[in-house]
Amino acid sequence: MQYAAPTTVDEACSLLADNPGSRVFAGATDLVPQMRSGRSEPSAMVDLKRIDRLTSVSHADGQWTVGAATPASDLTHNAEFVGMYPGISEGAGLIGSDQIQNRSSLGGNLCNGSPAADSVPAMIASGARAVIAGAGGQRTVSVADVVTGPGRTSLADGEFIVEFEIDDAPISTGDAYLRMTPRTEMDIAVVGAAVRLTMDGDTVSSASVVLGAVAPTAVRVPDAEAALVGSRLDDETLAAVAAAASAACNPIDDKRGTVEYRTQVAGVLAKRAVVIAAERAQKEPDLHVTNTHQLHRQRRADRLLVGRLHVAARCVAR
Amino acid sequence: MTATENPTNYKWIGTRPIRHDGFDKVVGKARFAADLNLPGQLHGSIVRSPHAHAKVVSIDTSAAEAMPGVKAVVTGDDFPALDPTHPNFDTAVNCMARGEVFYNGHAIAAVTATTREEAKAAAAAIEVEYELLPAILSIADSMAEGAPLANSNNYTRFVPPGDPSNLATVTNLDRGDVDQAMADADVVVEMGFDCAHVHQGYIEPHACVVDSGDGKANVWCSSQGHFRVRSMTADVLGVENSKVKVTPAEIGGGFGGKTTIYLEPIAAKLSEKSGRPVKLVMSREEVLRASGPAPSAELRIKVGATNDGELTAIDGWMAYGVGAFGDMAGLIGAMSVASYKFPNLRMETYTALTNTPKSAAYRAPSAPHAAWAIESVVDEIASELGMDPIDLRLKNAAVEGDLTAMGMPHPKVGLVECLEAMKASGHYQSEPVEGASRGMAVGFWFNIGEESSATVNLNEDGTANVITGSPDIGGSRASMALMAAETLGIDVYSITPIVADTESVGFTDVTEGSRATFATGKAVVEACEDLIGQLKARAATIMGVEVDEVAWVDGAAVSPGHGGGESGEPLTLAQITAQAKRTGGPLTATASLNAAGAGPSFAVHCADLKVDEETGETEIVRYTAVQDAGTAIHPSYVEGQMQGGSVQGIGWALNEEYIYDANGAMENASFLDYRIPVASDLPLIETIIVEVPNPAHPYGVRGVGETGIVPPMATIGNAIKAATGVRMTSLPMSPPKVLKKLNER
Amino acid sequence: MSADSTSLLDALRDELGLIGTKEGCGTGDCGSCSVLFDGKLNCSCLILAPEAEGREIVTVEGIADGDQLHPLQQTFLEGAALQCGVCTPGFLVAAKALLDENPDPTETEIRYGLAGNLCRCTGYDKIVRAVQEAAVQLKTTSEQGA
Repeated sequence: MQYAAPTTVDEACSLLADNPGSRVFAGATDLVPQMRSGRSEPSAMVDLKRIDRLTSVSHADGQWTVGAATPASDLTHNAEFVGMYPGISEGAGLIGSDQIQNRSSLGGNLCNGSPAADSVPAMIASGARAVIAGAGGQRTVSVADVVTGPGRTSLADGEFIVEFEIDDAPISTGDAYLRMTPRTEMDIAVVGAAVRLTMDGDTVSSASVVLGAVAPTAVRVPDAEAALVGSRLDDETLAAVAAAASAACNPIDDKRGTVEYRTQVAGVLAKRAVVIAAERAQKEPDLHVTNTHQLHRQRRADRLLVGRLHVAARCVAR
Repeated sequence: MTATENPTNYKWIGTRPIRHDGFDKVVGKARFAADLNLPGQLHGSIVRSPHAHAKVVSIDTSAAEAMPGVKAVVTGDDFPALDPTHPNFDTAVNCMARGEVFYNGHAIAAVTATTREEAKAAAAAIEVEYELLPAILSIADSMAEGAPLANSNNYTRFVPPGDPSNLATVTNLDRGDVDQAMADADVVVEMGFDCAHVHQGYIEPHACVVDSGDGKANVWCSSQGHFRVRSMTADVLGVENSKVKVTPAEIGGGFGGKTTIYLEPIAAKLSEKSGRPVKLVMSREEVLRASGPAPSAELRIKVGATNDGELTAIDGWMAYGVGAFGDMAGLIGAMSVASYKFPNLRMETYTALTNTPKSAAYRAPSAPHAAWAIESVVDEIASELGMDPIDLRLKNAAVEGDLTAMGMPHPKVGLVECLEAMKASGHYQSEPVEGASRGMAVGFWFNIGEESSATVNLNEDGTANVITGSPDIGGSRASMALMAAETLGIDVYSITPIVADTESVGFTDVTEGSRATFATGKAVVEACEDLIGQLKARAATIMGVEVDEVAWVDGAAVSPGHGGGESGEPLTLAQITAQAKRTGGPLTATASLNAAGAGPSFAVHCADLKVDEETGETEIVRYTAVQDAGTAIHPSYVEGQMQGGSVQGIGWALNEEYIYDANGAMENASFLDYRIPVASDLPLIETIIVEVPNPAHPYGVRGVGETGIVPPMATIGNAIKAATGVRMTSLPMSPPKVLKKLNER
Repeated sequence: MSADSTSLLDALRDELGLIGTKEGCGTGDCGSCSVLFDGKLNCSCLILAPEAEGREIVTVEGIADGDQLHPLQQTFLEGAALQCGVCTPGFLVAAKALLDENPDPTETEIRYGLAGNLCRCTGYDKIVRAVQEAAVQLKTTSEQGA
């Protein structure tokens, strides 16, 4: 097996074009285990981490640009990013362990094509775009259009994601990502739910609900979004969100969960994520949160509590 | 009674010195099995069956043999065919299949080459043609009328010879009149339970390096007992024990799973054929697919009680699924039923074969399954009677003289003391953490004695080497040093505890059954006592008195009538060893024994936990483990055993399980999907050491390694019941199973 | 292009003889092979050896200052935070990374910070306590130094 570490996007494109069967990688946290078990046998490994553009995070002109090979921990330690996008940060901060997050990237998490990828639902909920490079030049597509099925993407041979573009969240917008795993850390989502809400006072003016691990790809839940827009997040709305989320599931039975379980819990997590996103939308971004561990630890504690409390009342009380 | 309040007046026992092997382990110098490399060493790779049960039609190794770097290939044909009645017949077949594979993951061939990559590539090039046979994947299928055989070499043990069977043991225990007692009982609770296979989950994969030559195999490996590695390897190779030397490496966790062999004979044969040392290391996937998990189980338990809380009868049916080779899991399950008096008892147990990996011992083997079922049912009785669960257990707790299910009277045991300690604990005396509910349960393990040897050599400067054959799986070297220091009366750090190879110390059984500190410790104490006799004799010579006028006090010879040594002072051990040359030569002693009187150890656990009723998730917020150690030699490592056992039990209770596909392939053979607990899943594990000394050990040791894994499943199941009202009857109590039960509520 | 599929873990162990870094799974799921890679905690089994060119790597062998053990090594010894010891190097490296970044962690932060490291012997209790104790000692030392 060959190893190459290009320093420019063009160089990477040429390497890929010249070496059929090669694979790009950033963290290789999925690829190395696949290679060890014989599920993947690339002829060459093209390391994208020495290309500056792929490992930088910038914020300018109302847009975030996140290099596709940036380690997840760079994002979760970026106070400004976490303040604006706590939900995406939660997703990035749940990929494996600290060790994994110092390697794994949003680009890899997406292109691995797992329906359970933690960073993907919140990216889709926020309308993130992927800038893709290849021998034919660059193109930009919605993140939602990258993965086409388990382990499959719409990228052509020789193409790779350079960076993600995420527009600044409008004011009074909040996002949240919750996932269910049997362990608190080091686990793969059995169900994931991302929600982004924009509020006008106590009324939802726009909503995006995306589920992970319950279908061949991450899926939007238009019925839940429709129920949310114009609502004041009353019990009925939350019940409708839960029902719509469960109805949107098309999961499989596997070692990580059953159809029945995923379907039911998708509704629960969607409903809870709505409550958290709304709470965040109604607050100024909290720049003191510098680390998503704090965020999802808090969420876990909340989840246990929220299960017993009147969800809508809790939301209003805050 | 905590260790620090131990009323006995020991100088060293009960203290917490830094372990002697600790430094190497924190600086990265300790050598575990995979850390040794020999000059010219080759790497091996094993071909494993992708089928749960199949006849091997042919194995074509020619392509592999022609590949770059390949030095040797072995198959079952390279090993002698043992008689099926040979005690290590199953071990031999499990190490390398011959003509038939019995589980997915069963070794069928192996190759050695210059590099790991070459070995792996060559293994992939070995072509095996299989003819599928019916695979038995569950206990129910195994025990079904007319079921096909999982392994036609298996016969039911302890019964007159018959036809091959899927049952390895059948045990029927009966005392009193169970039917009448149930009819007379005021309350009867009967429930069925099941448990999935779980793995010991040691972090160090199995590994060895073997250098064969001149008819002898030199083996370096990590195991819980290198003498057993020697005899098993010798038997599989068809050679005498003297033709195998085993040097123990540091062992990276065993928990029962490293009491047998998988790799050593294969590496020995590859080394013999290639003429080079060969290293074999399992991948994590191989560890899970091919090394012993604990048995699965199906259980039905019925208990009767009177209104005032006397448990009058138990009627049990327990079947253990042990994989493709027979063992005695069912019988041992019956032996583990011993916590309550139960005047009337019927216990039917079975050991059933399935086409899954051969199970191996796992910390108090078979006891966690039985305790989970029985302690859950006893908890139901307590709720029905409205009794405090500890009070109910106190009323029925076994004490000295009470019979276990096997009909053996208990020696002195500390169950009552453990229950009282839990009842008085800060945890039990306070309300559950807000939003949480509480459960508690009892665990028992009988512990074993067996054979041990120890040699103690005194050095000329008064330091000592304590040499044993018990691999140190959790701090036992420190315990040996403490007992030697206490006995001899010298500083614990002037003692060097050593685990020696099979040619440098007397035969010693495996570190299992919580026996090392008990049995090997007893041998160490006996050797030290022998040395004290010698020291007194030497002192008598130096002092010019009769030996019976010399006493050994605090590490020195004193002769009260004669005012001590030449200067009138006591003669210290170092002063005597300094004069060893002129008083008769080196001072050394060896003790070997077959230790009787292993002290059973009871534990009582208590958990506060929360259940997320919308997702089925549980969160343990407080956990306390109480256990009778007899005497805690090194309290930190006693606590460590209690905490480690508790957390293994918590993993078993909540998330750990083998998940097989319809063809018997393990689907979750990785540490990502075989979910052992991580640090953030857990609270601190509070410990209370109870000390009811074992009269059969010079310092009262019972052995503490195993009991801690027994109570957690029922402790957690009982807490889930308290939190939600639902009784979990299937392990693991994972979120999907809990949610399903909640939905059915 | 260079031809190499060796992991950093294998290179450390086989080529440099640094056996302190252990392999427990080879797939990034147990943390036994933890190293600091340019100061960041990583699983060396997931890193390709050629990636290390020009990078600084700290293994367990590099934590002590000569013969002077790092406070974490000392508190692990004193607190019996190791039993079999095979996960210990990975825990020490991970705990060092944790304290380097967060000198005053709560128990929960320690537990989440070490969640990438599996230990099967201790139940984590004594490891968590040893890290807490080391944090106190490091703080005292740095306050005395200041």
